[in-house]
Order: sequence, then structure tokens, then C-alpha cells
Amino acid sequence: MYAQMVKTGVDHIQSKEEMSPEERAFQDRVDADIKIEPKEWMPEAYRKTLIRQISQHAHSEIIGMQPEGNWITRAPTLERKAILLAKVQDEAGHGLYLYCAAETLGVSRDELLEQLNSGKAKYSSIFNYPTLTWADIGAIGWLVDGAAIMNQVPLQRCSYGPYSRAMVRICKEESFHQRQGYDIMMKLAKGTPEQKAMAQDALNRWWWPSLMMFGPSDAESVHSAQSMRWKIKINSNDELRQKFVDQTVPQAEYLGLTVPDPDLKWNAERGHYDFGAVNWDEFYQVVAGNGPCNRQRLRTRVKAYEEGRWVREAADAYAAKKAARAQVKAA
Amino acid sequence: MTGQDALFEYLLRLSDNALILGHRLSEWCGHSPALEEDLALSNVALDLIGQTQLWLSLAGEVEGKGRDADKLAYLRDARDFRNVLLVEQPNGDFALTMARQFFFDAWHYLLLRELKGSKDARIAEIAAKGLKEVTYHLERSRDWVLRLGDGTEESHRRMQTAIDDLWMYTGELFESDEVDQAMAREGIGADLAALHEPWLGLVRATAEEATLTLPQPGWAQRGGKRGIHSEHLGYILADLQFLQRAYPNATW
Ligand SMILES: [Fe+2]
Ligand SMILES: [Fe+2]
Ligand SMILES: [Fe+2]
Repeated sequence: MYAQMVKTGVDHIQSKEEMSPEERAFQDRVDADIKIEPKEWMPEAYRKTLIRQISQHAHSEIIGMQPEGNWITRAPTLERKAILLAKVQDEAGHGLYLYCAAETLGVSRDELLEQLNSGKAKYSSIFNYPTLTWADIGAIGWLVDGAAIMNQVPLQRCSYGPYSRAMVRICKEESFHQRQGYDIMMKLAKGTPEQKAMAQDALNRWWWPSLMMFGPSDAESVHSAQSMRWKIKINSNDELRQKFVDQTVPQAEYLGLTVPDPDLKWNAERGHYDFGAVNWDEFYQVVAGNGPCNRQRLRTRVKAYEEGRWVREAADAYAAKKAARAQVKAA
Repeated sequence: MTGQDALFEYLLRLSDNALILGHRLSEWCGHSPALEEDLALSNVALDLIGQTQLWLSLAGEVEGKGRDADKLAYLRDARDFRNVLLVEQPNGDFALTMARQFFFDAWHYLLLRELKGSKDARIAEIAAKGLKEVTYHLERSRDWVLRLGDGTEESHRRMQTAIDDLWMYTGELFESDEVDQAMAREGIGADLAALHEPWLGLVRATAEEATLTLPQPGWAQRGGKRGIHSEHLGYILADLQFLQRAYPNATW
């Protein structure tokens, strides 16, 4: 997802008997659906895992501004331009809420950005694919924001208060993004033959990377089990992927577009779509830094950060001068 | 030039300033010095795109040839654009963007304040709406001129350079030709020359507070209002108009 394969640092799930009294009290609160707030005691592994998860999510929002931002100056109408700019702006806002949520866990935004810039921190694999045509902007809104919503709606109920509240705000905007993306696809699918081909081509390229967003099967993963126990992960990756396929295939049909999967078919017995195997080799390559745009995305981010340094320093210096002057006046 | 033609021309000037500057600002999204600035620059860009839509729709109505705002934005070539040279200047560093913004906002604010009282009710209405937005734009860009001018040595140097580089594009804002004069006479447009003193007053006071030096009045670059642009505009339009040009008659 926006946070893929988050490690928890644990090697097995503790039974309640193995837990210290503090740990047990903590787990009881989580089990009772009581939100954990920043000042409360929490296991170190919970805190660290949340920082990893929230910051990965934040980084994804920020890096995700690039593939979409790529079309802001080329959007085809004034209205589309305004909608896309507002969308990318929303993603910056999402990054901001999430960095703030992470800061409640005792890490600063600058530290997290340093981790991103150094290549140490991960972000969602999906944003390492290029946006080649206008239809890609439609496909991202429809599929990528759609997949994000799948994952983030349940996270509104997650155990950590600031994260859950950030999710509530973010989800509202993400569903708006998805509708706008679908609307772009609709216009293209009902448009000229060239536009329709553009829409199909975008679906062809974005379908499988979108399924990869949910991450590899984690049915056996101890990290996933631990995160679920802590209620910072609500559904398994496979569950969410299935839900996404079930929701999206009829939408593609409505557009008159073909999902690029010859194995895709309705399974009446299961009440779900069966679908083909995801190419996990490709996924691991992209996560390892070998996607089409990994280097470009990171370089662009580092450049903006470095070139903005003197501006941030000037703002700090000015604020300090102003405060000093105010003090002199007051004295 | 008859009344309606002059009015059309006048409206294009208003809308093209907003369109081109909004476009320039939108180039920053995702590349600015901090997330807060990505948000703020996008807000200003969105306001300007909104103003463009209003001005251009009215221009299309006045022209009466069935061109809507998108046709006017996406299917005119550079020689038919009427924005001032200042707004098409490349973003440069953050200081240049903010200096450009401040020079423009200060003028835009004074202009819309006049146009709010236009005899043409449609213009007055758009100006009143825009004025609220531009009041905030001006506050923000002025604030950045202060912060950068009076921030660090480096930011001061960069802001001073930006002001020196852009100064020659500010003169055009206050020059009136037959179109401006006709509109001002009829009480539809503003007397541009009369905006110069209040503009200078605001810019001087800001520069002083920001420890910056304003250049001496000198030769003004001009031509944008007549469609004689810098080389930069063609590239803006190549981006802006790409899809409409590559896929004629498609709807999006
Ligand atoms: Fe987002
Ligand atoms: Fe997103
Ligand atoms: Fe989104």
C-alpha cells in the first residue's frame, strides 16, 4: 500500500502471559478499541513501527506529487488544470498531516525527510512508474487513489489517535480524487478513438502496478500479524487486493475498457473475481530501486529540498530577528 | 478600435496576466522549499486560474464569435496573447518568483481596487471577487520580500538580484495605449498612470523595511500588451496547449 511491508522488529507474537503488566494494559486498551494518544505509554516496537508506517505513507504522498505534477502545466482545459493542481496540493496537505502525526511519536519532519532523501526510507512502489499521457492522470486517480482508499478507510479505525484522525481527513479527499480520476477516464473512454486508445493504454500500464500496491501476500508474515494485533493494520494484503479487484472490474466494464489480465473471470462460487498472478519479481525490483523512475523521483525530491534550504534558513533568521526586536521593544 | 473591440482587447490583458502567472506558479507545485509553500503557491495559482476563467469567459462573450474561455486560452498563438512581460518571466529561484509576485500583486491589487468601481457591472463583479484574493496574495508576497530581504546574507543577495533583474519589466504595468485610455475614459477601465505613485509608495516602503535598494527608474521593457513577448511565452504555450493542439476537437 502507501506503506508496503512495514517491519515491526518482532520475531513472534507475544502471548498475554509473556507480556509485562504495562504491555498487557496497553494491549487491553487496543483490544477494547480505546485510542492510544501520544502521551500514553506504548511499547517501543509499536512506536517505532508506527513511525515507519506513517512516514512511509507521508513520503508516498510527497513523492506521489511528482508523477501527477508532471501534467499540471499540460492539463487540457482550465478546469482540468485547476482540479489537478488542487489534487496535487491535497497530496502535499496529506504529507503534512502525516508528518505531524509522526511527530507526535517523537521524530521531526526534518529527520524523516533526511531519511527519504538519503534513500533509506521507502515510499509506495507505484510512484516509480512514469505518467506518459494525460490518461495516466485519470488512471492514477481512479486506480491508485482507489487502492489507497481501500487501505485507508479501515485505518480510520486504527489504534493510534493522531494517525486515525489524519486518515479521516485524508479519506474524504482521496474519494474526491478517485471520482475525478474516473471522470477523466470516462471522458476519454467516450471520446475520440485516439482518446479511447489512450485510456486503454493507461489501464494496461497501471493495472498491475496498482495490484502490487497492496504488497505481497502477508498471510504468513509475523510483522503483519503483530501490526494487526496492534490494530495499525486492519486487513491482510490479499483481502484488500481482492476487494479492489472486485470493485474495479465492473468500473472498467462500464468504461468499455479491458482489464489486461487473461485469467480474470468471475467466480460465482467464491463470489469474487479470480485473477492472474502478479509479477512479484518486478515489484521487488522496483522496491529495491530499479523501477523506471526511482532515481529520477529521488533526485527531484533532493533537489527541491536542497535548493529550498536557503529559503527555510532565511525564514528562520527573519523570525528570530523579529522576535528579538519585539523583545527590545517590550523591554 | 471600436468600443467592443477595445473591451475585448482589455479583457484579454486582464485574463492573460492571470493565466500566465498562474501557469508559472503552478510549475512550482512539488518543487518548492517546503510543503507549506507547495500549498500556498498552489492556492495563489488556483485563484489566478479561477480569475482567468471569469475574465476569459467574459472576453468570449464580448467578442461574440463563439469562443469560450478554453478556446481563448488554448487556441491562440503567442502573438495574440496580451499579458505583460513581467508575468511570463521564468520562475528562477524562490526570490525571483516572490519578487515577481510582489511587483505584480501590488499592481494587481491597485488595479482591481479601481475596477471594482467599473461602470461595466460584469467587470466590477469579477474585480470585487478577485480583489479579496489578491489582497491576500499581496500580503503573502510582501511578507516574503521582507523575510528574504532581511533574512540571511544569502537570501538578501538573492532578493536584491531578483529585484534588479525584474525592475525593467515593471514600467510596462503603468503605460497606457489607446485601449487603456479608451477604457479609462469610458469609466470601464482604470487610469494606469495614476496607479504608479501608490505602487511606488508601497514598493519603496517594503524595500526599505526589507533593507533592499530599488534600482533607479530606467528603460522599461514593453510589448506584451501588443503581443510582442519574450522568447519564454512560446514555451509556456507549448506546454499549456499541447493536448488541445495534438487532438483537435476532442473534449476532455
Ligand atoms: Fe493523498
Ligand atoms: Fe494519494
Ligand atoms: Fe489522492
